[in-house]
Amino acid sequence: MDSLWSVIWSTDFAFSILRVTTPILFAALGALISNRAGIINIGLEGIMLVAALTGVVTSAYTHSAWVGLLCAVLSGVMIAGILAFFTLQFKTHIILGGIAINMFASGGTVFFLYLLSGDKGASSSLQSKVLPNVDIPLLKDVPVLGPILSGHNVLTYASIAAVFAVYYMMKRTPLGLRIRSVGENPHAAQSVGVSVVRTQYTALLLSGLLAGLGGAYMSMGYLSLFTRDMTAGRGWIAIAAESMGRSTTVGTTLTSFLFGAANALANALTVLKIPSELIATFPYAATVIGLLVYAIGESRKRKKAAVKPNEG
Amino acid sequence: MSGALLEMRDVTKVYPNGVMANYKVRFSLREGEIHAIVGENGAGKSTLMKMMFGMEEPSEGEILLRGEKVKLASPQDAIDRGIGMVHQHFMLVPSFTVAENMVLGMEPKKGLGIHFAEAVRMTEEMSRKYNLAVDPKAKVENLTVGMKQKVEILKALLRGAKILILDEPTAVLTPQETEELFRELRLLKDQGHTIVFISHKLKEVKAICDRITIMRAGRSEDAFRTADVTEQEISRLMVGRDVVLKYDKEKREAGETILAVRGFSLAGSAGSRLLSDVGFTVRAGEIVGIAGVEGNGQTPLVEALTGSLAGTAVGGSVTVKGADILRADIRAIRKHGVSYIPEDRMRQGAAGEASIADNLISTQYASGKLGGGMFMNGGKIERLAASLIEAFDVRCSGPKQPIGMLSGGNMQKVVVARECSTEPDLLIAEQPTRGVDIGAAQFIHRKLIELRDRGCAILLVSADLNEILELSDKLLVLYEGRVTAYFEEPSAVGEEELGLYMLGINRQDPEQIGRAVHR
Repeated sequence: MDSLWSVIWSTDFAFSILRVTTPILFAALGALISNRAGIINIGLEGIMLVAALTGVVTSAYTHSAWVGLLCAVLSGVMIAGILAFFTLQFKTHIILGGIAINMFASGGTVFFLYLLSGDKGASSSLQSKVLPNVDIPLLKDVPVLGPILSGHNVLTYASIAAVFAVYYMMKRTPLGLRIRSVGENPHAAQSVGVSVVRTQYTALLLSGLLAGLGGAYMSMGYLSLFTRDMTAGRGWIAIAAESMGRSTTVGTTLTSFLFGAANALANALTVLKIPSELIATFPYAATVIGLLVYAIGESRKRKKAAVKPNEG
Repeated sequence: MSGALLEMRDVTKVYPNGVMANYKVRFSLREGEIHAIVGENGAGKSTLMKMMFGMEEPSEGEILLRGEKVKLASPQDAIDRGIGMVHQHFMLVPSFTVAENMVLGMEPKKGLGIHFAEAVRMTEEMSRKYNLAVDPKAKVENLTVGMKQKVEILKALLRGAKILILDEPTAVLTPQETEELFRELRLLKDQGHTIVFISHKLKEVKAICDRITIMRAGRSEDAFRTADVTEQEISRLMVGRDVVLKYDKEKREAGETILAVRGFSLAGSAGSRLLSDVGFTVRAGEIVGIAGVEGNGQTPLVEALTGSLAGTAVGGSVTVKGADILRADIRAIRKHGVSYIPEDRMRQGAAGEASIADNLISTQYASGKLGGGMFMNGGKIERLAASLIEAFDVRCSGPKQPIGMLSGGNMQKVVVARECSTEPDLLIAEQPTRGVDIGAAQFIHRKLIELRDRGCAILLVSADLNEILELSDKLLVLYEGRVTAYFEEPSAVGEEELGLYMLGINRQDPEQIGRAVHR
């Protein structure tokens, strides 16, 4: 037990929480934007996977991590665009569209990986680039905080910046107002000339952009190569985090960190003598427990609202 | 008489499902007036209004604004031309503040973001200018209905509305709020705005409107000056019959009591009363009609009778052949020999993508007559379907055709065939011929009379006076959840007289009403 505490109460562990949370946070913010527009993007998992492979492949061919990042993000936007096209234009059910994207991504990435590297498991034969880690001057020399907050991948900092950007966008900009109005009362939005379809398009593309960043981080920051199904359910955990965070930016960020911590714990526990298979279930168990707690809270709130007088 | 501000010339609207909602409607709006459009539900008011606001396009006819022909393809077109609308169901985002709702879609900007201070200022300015007091920073979900309506009016005015369409604005207001709304509307009129006021409350129309256009069965009458007509005259024009259907209906002695509703009261959410002390009986071999303007308790009553009780029964009983059915589920109620033709055939009456045959057997597949055990007997089903299609003259390509492909009239015939085919003891028919062409309507009426002659008790709920006066052996009128009249000889009742009860102007004494309950 002592060793467990020493693992958790270390700056390394705190550092790893940030490291592990990054892809979940990106995807959760993407889920937030699309969900607030009333069209839940369940293709996040697949979008991340495609972006992860695209980043690796393009950075290997162009010898530039930045070009790889750009292409990864564009691929995320493109897949989200395809999803939007089918669900908004042709009225495919978003759940079916999302499942199609996820299945395509899971099989398609392996296919292209094999095509380009001759390997079905990992992209180790490709000379792909990695996005740089950043040491923050001054902060890096502060004890405790320095080792936790400094030296992260550039995308980890970008994910924190994205929290502020999404917060501002949702609360303070016309686009945010429109996204929220479309999600909450599309008839009201329509009656004042806000195009529901166009707003949902924008929201889906933005969620694709954020998931693309998350995917790029997976293969060009968190790891330095692509492996099959490497997102390992992070897109789904992100959707759970968004839902448990009650679709608010702050709540979603906090629950993302909660799930990130569970993930980091699972990683840390592998040094102890606990079967690794059991440990690997930890983030998912945390997700289920988290959602359960959330659901209980919600139903209590609903019951309270129901007995409140003068409510329709 | 200068040219009209807005004019609709011979406007006809046929919906894709074949329902003709408006036929050669003429409507003319003068600048600076408050103009009422009155009519019963289903008379075509809302369709007319939707075309005025660009939510629907006319199938025929034209709309002229200031003498110029215009095409209103979307609400945005209407807004751009100075037409605003206050919907009956408010178009507001509950979690937004008043100011945010006001500026949605036309947000003032500062840099990248919304200039919230400016939005609040704009709201305050409009609020002062039109004397509509609202708090710009309050959240809409915390506002009263009356306040929300003010926000809706301001929203339209902020977008430059000169013509304001109000769809049943007083339906949701308290009398005090209504008074306040009228003061505000008069003020708007004084400032040069033109108001279209849609309602079926005649007292209010008389109180505030300058002119009045009456709609009936999708057609319009010429506009009257409100001062020139009395409430009675308006009600006669609203509910009057145009084509008189006649059926040879032999007199029959009513048999034993099948359905008995006694002292039935129903409370809705928030303690509102949906039904108060409703009592009547339906006996074997008679048709009892329930007339009334829609929304006066018919829906909760039918729901209570058919196992979809919404709200809390606070008194009284509902029995079929002596058995309490208030808390029984739908299958149990049907086992008592009850059939039901629902008002909404698209949503409740039929499964649109299923075949005609599947729809026909949906009330009896579980009875075991069509094959027991694991499988259904396909041949039996087909024979049953084919015979019903023939007996009810359903125009279709065969029993396997999806019901959703049929016209409204033929679809309704399938529903009626299904409900009649089980030889029910009690049939509850709710608006059985709404939106159905005359031919199909007459066919359905004859089938109902045949069923009655075979000894079925029928409860007919309809807003169509023609239908209800012709078919009913006994007739009740519902107004605000109460029975306000009972007639033993419906054919001897004048429409005008009936209209007065339907609109709550007259009401019979309790003793007369009490005669509706037989032992």
